Amino acid sequence: MAKTSERRAQVEAMARYPLDWLEERSGLVGGVKYFLFRKVPHDINWMQTLGSATLTAFLVQAVTGVVLAFYYKPDPNSAYDSIKHITNEVTLGWLVRGMHRWGASVFIILMFFHMARVFLFGAYKYPRELNWIIGVLLLTLGMAEGFTGYLLPWDNTAYWATVVGINLNGTAPFLGPFIAQFLSGGADIGTDTLGKFYSLHMLVLPGAIMGLIGLHLYLVIRLGVTSPPWSSTAAGRERAEQVATGREGLVRPGGRGGTAE
Amino acid sequence: MSAHNDEKPHLPPPSLWPIGFAVGIACVLVGLVVSWPAVAVGAVITVVFAFLWIRDVTVGVRAPAPDVVPEARATDGFAAPIVSGEAALAPADEAPAYPRSKFLEGATLGLGGVIGGLVTVPVLGFAVLPSFTNQKKQNVELGKLSNFPEGKFVIATYMEDPSIGEVSRRTMYIRNNGQRDGQPSLTVLYSRCVHLGCPVQPNGPVFDDDKVDGARNGDVKVELTPSQPAGFGCPCHGGQYDTEGNRTAGPPVRALDRAEYSIKNGSVWLGPFYSVSHVEGQGAQARIRKYGKAVPGVHVDGIESWLYPIPVPGS
Repeated sequence: MAKTSERRAQVEAMARYPLDWLEERSGLVGGVKYFLFRKVPHDINWMQTLGSATLTAFLVQAVTGVVLAFYYKPDPNSAYDSIKHITNEVTLGWLVRGMHRWGASVFIILMFFHMARVFLFGAYKYPRELNWIIGVLLLTLGMAEGFTGYLLPWDNTAYWATVVGINLNGTAPFLGPFIAQFLSGGADIGTDTLGKFYSLHMLVLPGAIMGLIGLHLYLVIRLGVTSPPWSSTAAGRERAEQVATGREGLVRPGGRGGTAE
Repeated sequence: MSAHNDEKPHLPPPSLWPIGFAVGIACVLVGLVVSWPAVAVGAVITVVFAFLWIRDVTVGVRAPAPDVVPEARATDGFAAPIVSGEAALAPADEAPAYPRSKFLEGATLGLGGVIGGLVTVPVLGFAVLPSFTNQKKQNVELGKLSNFPEGKFVIATYMEDPSIGEVSRRTMYIRNNGQRDGQPSLTVLYSRCVHLGCPVQPNGPVFDDDKVDGARNGDVKVELTPSQPAGFGCPCHGGQYDTEGNRTAGPPVRALDRAEYSIKNGSVWLGPFYSVSHVEGQGAQARIRKYGKAVPGVHVDGIESWLYPIPVPGS
């Protein structure tokens, strides 16, 4: 009996050794645990998984997009043919392109659902206003991804939709015509437009989105998850009335805490 | 030093003289290669700055610093005694106003900023400027004037730059108005809707069977197709225009854009494009309110045009 438990402890130590090795040198294991095993309100709601769902949709876009870039050619004379090649000839190309094409819509729709949840739960309020602002920036960048990605198949739908989109930008006061000409890379859509949109679509915008997602998650972890509006218990930091009655907790800075409302 | 009860390691005060000393040394070394007078100048600089540096460094050894006493008084935390008429002095324990760490911090940030700027400015220029510079539009030959029967519209389709392919395909609606003042008069409408740039279509029959080839532009021939439109309509958002390009319905904000034209050796050539607020009269007698080429959807006249005060270079 004692022998088996000794063996068991040995095996456990062996299994744990690489993790301990990593933890000792980087603190990463603890960091990941801190990130994943956070305390959340007990009455948390399924609606609060919409943010993770959006993140998953983005990851699907990132991975499928990288693979599509293996086969796609951002050149006006071969872009459409390379799309046909991906769809009809490359093994499972139809699937990956379909995932990317429909996943784009899923990503945008989930962003709006997530935004609606945050709005209806009042989760944008103090101290989470900054995270709402970052979320709005993410929404804008996500839409820009949609706009730039729509041109890439280089068919008539893509072409004329982009003409309309660029000219829509052109009607903005003062700088609009400059934005339009920058986007089309000249007076009209030409060869430079496709390369520019491709670069924006797969390098500039995803990079910005990843950075902002990092900030977004950092603030979620720092500030905690909101409890639903119907919750009877306070989550995260103590509420003002509890602070006033002398229960220990964090006092809000800036004069808003400490007094009963 | 121990007399001062100073527990911190003694360091010389910050000094700028070593910079001049280094310049002098450098001057000497360069002078050894280049010319003897430069060595002399460098030697003088070196000696002068060496003297100043040594004087600066040894100031604590040669005489007790005269400002130590007032410094000690001010460190008790109270404001310095106010001399009437003068503002209170800053606490004297902040006396080394520009310590070494500040200098290093500033140098790191400043150098980083300079390097960042050196990298960013050309890259940013490369990203933005090509859209606005070197935008040359070549004039395109469409075909013989005899291919444009008087009073009829002809749809001219051509490639602005055959080397970049279909993406440069353009369509013009051209009507020969006969003569005005002894010169041929043409109405040359650009097919792009001035709402958001979709291609307007002729509202009327298009005689594809009567299509003829116009002039050659590169490897591609201009296609000339007769048509009999009662006006033009945009498929995207329903903008409607009459045969002079004036808006009759829908969201467009001005009349259709036009192109200048010229006749060389009996052949029609397109010139630069321009925007039109509206056209009075028609055919050869039309009075065209002409403006610089503007983006679709943008007013060229009236109070709304004040929203677009800066002409875009290269448009």
